[in-house]
Amino acid sequence: MADLAVSDLVVGYGPVRALRGVSMRVPSGSIVAVLGANGAGKSTLLRAISGTLRFHRGACQGAVTLGDQRLTGLDAASVVARGVVQVPEGRRVFARMTVEENLRAGGLGRSRRENAKAHDQVVELFPVLRDRARQRAGLLSGGEQQMLAIGRALMAGPTTLLLDEPTLGLAPLMAARIAETIKEINSLGTSVLLVEQNVAMALSLASHAYVLEVGEVALEGTAAELRDSDEVRRRYLGVADAVEGTLETRTLSRWS
Amino acid sequence: MTTFVELLVNGISIGAVYALIALGFVIIFKATEVVNFAHASLLLAGGYLVARLWPLVGFWAALLIGVAAAALVAAAIEFLVIRRANVASHSVLAIVTIGVDIVITTELTRQIGTDVLAMGDPWGSEVVRFGGVTLAETRIVALVTAAALITVFLLAFKYTGWGVAMRAAAEDAETAALMGVRLGRVSMSAWAVAGGLAAVAALFLCVFPTPGLDRSTSLVALKAFPAAILGGLDSTTGALVGGLVIGVTESMMSGYQNDMAFLGRGIGDVAPFLVMLVILLIRPAGLFGTKELARV
Repeated sequence: MADLAVSDLVVGYGPVRALRGVSMRVPSGSIVAVLGANGAGKSTLLRAISGTLRFHRGACQGAVTLGDQRLTGLDAASVVARGVVQVPEGRRVFARMTVEENLRAGGLGRSRRENAKAHDQVVELFPVLRDRARQRAGLLSGGEQQMLAIGRALMAGPTTLLLDEPTLGLAPLMAARIAETIKEINSLGTSVLLVEQNVAMALSLASHAYVLEVGEVALEGTAAELRDSDEVRRRYLGVADAVEGTLETRTLSRWS
Repeated sequence: MTTFVELLVNGISIGAVYALIALGFVIIFKATEVVNFAHASLLLAGGYLVARLWPLVGFWAALLIGVAAAALVAAAIEFLVIRRANVASHSVLAIVTIGVDIVITTELTRQIGTDVLAMGDPWGSEVVRFGGVTLAETRIVALVTAAALITVFLLAFKYTGWGVAMRAAAEDAETAALMGVRLGRVSMSAWAVAGGLAAVAALFLCVFPTPGLDRSTSLVALKAFPAAILGGLDSTTGALVGGLVIGVTESMMSGYQNDMAFLGRGIGDVAPFLVMLVILLIRPAGLFGTKELARV
C-alpha cells in the first residue's frame, strides 16, 4: 500500500492547457474527492494518472507517483499492473460482451486463483451481476452497468481505485447505493480517488477534497472544512443563505 | 446434377479457403481498425516459402516454416509500421499497407519470375469418387483444414483470455487499456494470426487443380477481399459466410459459363465483385457488419 501523489501536473491538448500545475495526494486507505464544474480538468487529471492521455492526444509534465514508483510515462496497462485502476466516466461497459466476459476482461492480467477470489468478492458486492452473468452488458440498466463497471475494475485487484463520476445519470436511490458500495470497497482497504459533480455525496464519503477550477486547485481541505466553506456552499451545494444578496446581484448584472 | 454437386462442393471448399483469408482481414480490422491491403502479400510470402523449402526440408516442415514466417512478417508489419505511424486517421494506415504490399509483392514477384512453383503437397492430383461425383483430394483436405482452423479460431475468440482481450479492445480500446489489456500485444497477435491463416490459405490456393504458385497468386487472394467486405468488415461470422458466398458463386459461374455465354468468358472472375456490389447496395454495412453510427 502506498500513497498516490500528483505533483505539479501540467497537461495540454495541443495548444489547450487543461491542467496548470495541480498537486494532490491520496493517502493510502483514504477516500479523496475531486470536485469541480464541467471543463475544470477533472477527467484530464484521471487520464494523466491512468496513462490514457495519449488516446486524447494530450501530453503531460509533472509527476504522478505511487509510493516511490513513478507512474508518469507508463502505458495504461502498466499503471493497472501497479494497482491503480480507473472506472471510466459513462460506465463504458463492453456492451456486446456478456456480464461475465466483462468481469473477465477486468482480470486478464491476473492468475486464475486471484481472479476466482476477486470474482467472489465482486458478486458478493453486486449479487445482480451473478444473476445476469450470461446477459449482454448492453442490456443492463444504467445502475447495473455502473455496478458492472466498478466490478470489472475490482477484478484487476486495485489498491487505488479511480472513479470518474460514478453517479452520473443515475436515479437518486441508485446513486445512494453506489455511494454505499464505494464506502464498502474503501473499508476493505482500497484507496479511492472520487471525481464527482454530486458534491454533497462526494463530501459525505471523502475525508479530504480538492476543488478544481479551470485547471487549478482552487480549494482544498478536509471534507468537513469544505462542507462548511461559504465558497463551496454557494457554488456547489446550492445553499445561498449567507450570500443570497450577492448571488442575486451577480445574476442580474450579467443580464443587464 | 453431378456437375452441380461437384461445383457446389468445390465452391464450398474454395470458399472455405477464402474465408481463411477474409477472417485474417477481419481480425486485423477488429483489433486495429486498419483495412490491411498487404494481406495478399503476406499470403504470397507464406506460399513462396513453402514452395521453396519443401524440396529441402520436406513438405510438412516447409508448411510449418511458411506459416510461422508469414505470422512473423505480419507481426513485424504491425510492430514496425502500424504501431509507429502516428497518424490521425486509420484510412491513412490503410494506404500505408498498400505501400507495404507493393514492396513485398514486387520483391517476391522478382524472385518468382516466370516460374510456376509446385507446393510439394502429398495429395497431388488424386481424386475421390462418391457415386458419380468426382472430387479432387486437395479440395476435400482444404475444406476440412479450413473448417478445423476456423472452429479453433472461433472457440479461442469466444473462450480464451486472448479472445476476451481482443473483443474488448475491438469494442472500446481506451476502456480495454484502462482494464489492463495490453493493446500492443493484442494487435500484434491479431496480425500474426492473420498472417498464419493467410499462409495456410496460400497452400490451398496453389495446389491441384491450380498448377502452382506463380506471380499472379496474390491476385487470386484479392477475391477474399469482397468476401470480407460483403460479410461486414468487423464480423467473423460475416467473413465465413462471405467466403462461402464468393467461393460458391465463382465455382458456379465458371462451371456453367458455357450456358451463360452471353455474359462472356471469365465471368467466374468477375462474379465475386458483382455479388459484393449487389449486397453492398442493399446492406451498406455488409451482411453481418455493425452499422456505423456517426454523430454529426
